[in-house]
Amino acid sequence: MTKSLIYSVSFHLVIILLTVLTLPFMIRQPIELPPIVSVELIQISDTTNIPYAPKARKVIEKVKKEEKRVVSEQAPPAAKAKEKPDRIPMPEDNKEEKKIVKKKQNPEEIKPEIRQSSEFEKKEIIDTNQIAALIDKAKEEAALVEKNSNKITQSNQKNSFATGLTLTQEDALRAQIFGCWSVPLGLPYDGDLLVRIKLQLKQDGTITKSEILDHERMNRPGQKFYKILAESALRAVRLCQPLKVPPTGYEKWKELQLNFDPTEMLKG
Amino acid sequence: MYKKFLFTFIILFHSSLANALIEVDITRGNLDPLPIAVSPLYVDPKSENIKDIKTKSLGEEVSKIIEKNFKSTGLFNPLNKDAFVQKPDIAHLKPRFEDWRLIKAQALVTGKLNVKDGKLKVEFRLWDLTASKEMIALAFTTTPGNWRRVAHIISDKIYERLTGEEGYFDTRIIYVAESGPKNRRVKKLAIMDQDGANTKYLTLGNELVLTPRFNPANQMVTYLSYFRNLPRVYLLDIETGQQEVVGNFPGMTFAPRFSPDGKKIIMSFAKDGNSDIYTMDIETRVVEKITEHSSIDTSPSFSPDGKYICFNSDRSGLQQIYVMKSDGSDVKRITFGSGLYGTPVWSPRGDLIAFTKVRKGKFYIGVMRTDGSGERLLTENFYQEAPSWSPNGRVLIFYRETKSGPSGEGFSAKLWSIDITGYNERKIDTETDASDPSWSSLLSK
Repeated sequence: MTKSLIYSVSFHLVIILLTVLTLPFMIRQPIELPPIVSVELIQISDTTNIPYAPKARKVIEKVKKEEKRVVSEQAPPAAKAKEKPDRIPMPEDNKEEKKIVKKKQNPEEIKPEIRQSSEFEKKEIIDTNQIAALIDKAKEEAALVEKNSNKITQSNQKNSFATGLTLTQEDALRAQIFGCWSVPLGLPYDGDLLVRIKLQLKQDGTITKSEILDHERMNRPGQKFYKILAESALRAVRLCQPLKVPPTGYEKWKELQLNFDPTEMLKG
Repeated sequence: MYKKFLFTFIILFHSSLANALIEVDITRGNLDPLPIAVSPLYVDPKSENIKDIKTKSLGEEVSKIIEKNFKSTGLFNPLNKDAFVQKPDIAHLKPRFEDWRLIKAQALVTGKLNVKDGKLKVEFRLWDLTASKEMIALAFTTTPGNWRRVAHIISDKIYERLTGEEGYFDTRIIYVAESGPKNRRVKKLAIMDQDGANTKYLTLGNELVLTPRFNPANQMVTYLSYFRNLPRVYLLDIETGQQEVVGNFPGMTFAPRFSPDGKKIIMSFAKDGNSDIYTMDIETRVVEKITEHSSIDTSPSFSPDGKYICFNSDRSGLQQIYVMKSDGSDVKRITFGSGLYGTPVWSPRGDLIAFTKVRKGKFYIGVMRTDGSGERLLTENFYQEAPSWSPNGRVLIFYRETKSGPSGEGFSAKLWSIDITGYNERKIDTETDASDPSWSSLLSK
């Protein structure tokens, strides 16, 4: 009798433990992800081809002349003499520069690579090294964290493991839908404006089925705006076909839920 | 027993994986105008011809008015008719959605009209081209002379279906039509459709008229006119043309305006040298004093629920906007920015107050929340004032004066509209110079 009771209690405990650990709504922590800010990287060339205004040109020339004068008087190490801000290839400038180079005390010390690179270039080189180092360091740290801890944070879980989309893939999809979604402007700012649409997708990103998850709300009295919002979201999804989906992992994203919420946008 | 345990474990674990649906949050969209195709309405060949109206081209004309209305909102982009593949008669029955999608249209308007037994019958349909389905279909019967209004009503219905807010096309604007040089200005009351058509003059111009305001409940107008140099408040019924004097008021009287239920007029006038706010019951003609302060209180305007009044006052030293309960209690200052604030008007939606702001010699039309927060200046100019709301609270109409020379030459005043985003500013064409506009509520609800 006691034995069977112990069996029963322990078995129940195991079941409860498993339920707590595995049921998704219990794992999910109510932390909202901060919005991801997309950053566009623009490469800037070393020199610009925009001509200076006549006035500015004069001022720059003057400043340069003065700088060079100082350089030649003090005779600093040759490599440093080249570090001038914003060098502009001007005919007169080049001539004068040549003369100054001749005056320098130790011209043979200047390494050709350094001579050819402007201050801007140097900075860039240093920066890239630093960035590379930082990336390496970050990788090492990440590896350490992975080793030391088995815990998965909310953000990690949402963005990689559970969703099956990387941040870049998610951003690409989001940006595509941003472009297609014409937000109806007559919506109430203070209403619940969340429209959830579940999609079934083909491998090429075309939609086989779209379903509004709270569709019964569309016909409720006083919720006319919800119907208009839901329709606009559906239009956006259809207009965006085929969706920008990753080339791999079809099983993970063949079903996709899009949560449309224009509240922030309407509040401005 | 172990088998049972394993089975339970598998079931629970599987359910956790099955729920891992990918979710992507979409919190932004675009505000680009929606591409819409307005097919000319198909005219029934059996239609009768009516005097002064070319029935054959009526379908084309109606579609043009709808297009013009949509374009003026800045929210729609009516597509060029040259690109249309399908003819109106077929399009109205069952559009070939692919053909319309090809020209990048997202919505399509088709329709049909006929004139029979002196009656005009118009039906229209709005199609969602991405979903390939009908969104709305309606039919109207009216007298043929009302064909412009039919076009406006169709525009309103489509606007409402696509944006979720009421339209404002089947409305009228009353304003003061001005002519002559600045020092000898002739001012007449004039009324027109919101698109500038059908202008009618309501007074002859013998007396100076000022600040006409629509009754939000019906087609009645109140305005101020000077009779033998004394200000009088008039009521004018636009449908019948009947006018009546509400009362003579002493000293400076300003801007009479209706309460939301249309039963009272609220205004400011000076008594014993001090300007305060008063209401007057139209039925009983009983005048009630609302503010009691030694400062100058003017330009009162009711909130749409009638519970609050916004007005401007110089009680703090400079002219600022205040809000109080409709009985005059609980007065709160809501503007604290630099510059002077005037002509506050409560939005029909109730969420915003429009105002004129003067700062460093420039005039601004702006909007803010009813507690004074979120001030946004929509437009800046040398001289502009008197904003009036469209019935749906999305657009403001106001008037703007151009700079004049020392003797008043080159002076002109025109009506302009701007939506609350501040991006869609438009000049409204009027036959003469115009000032002090007031927007009516929808003529048909």
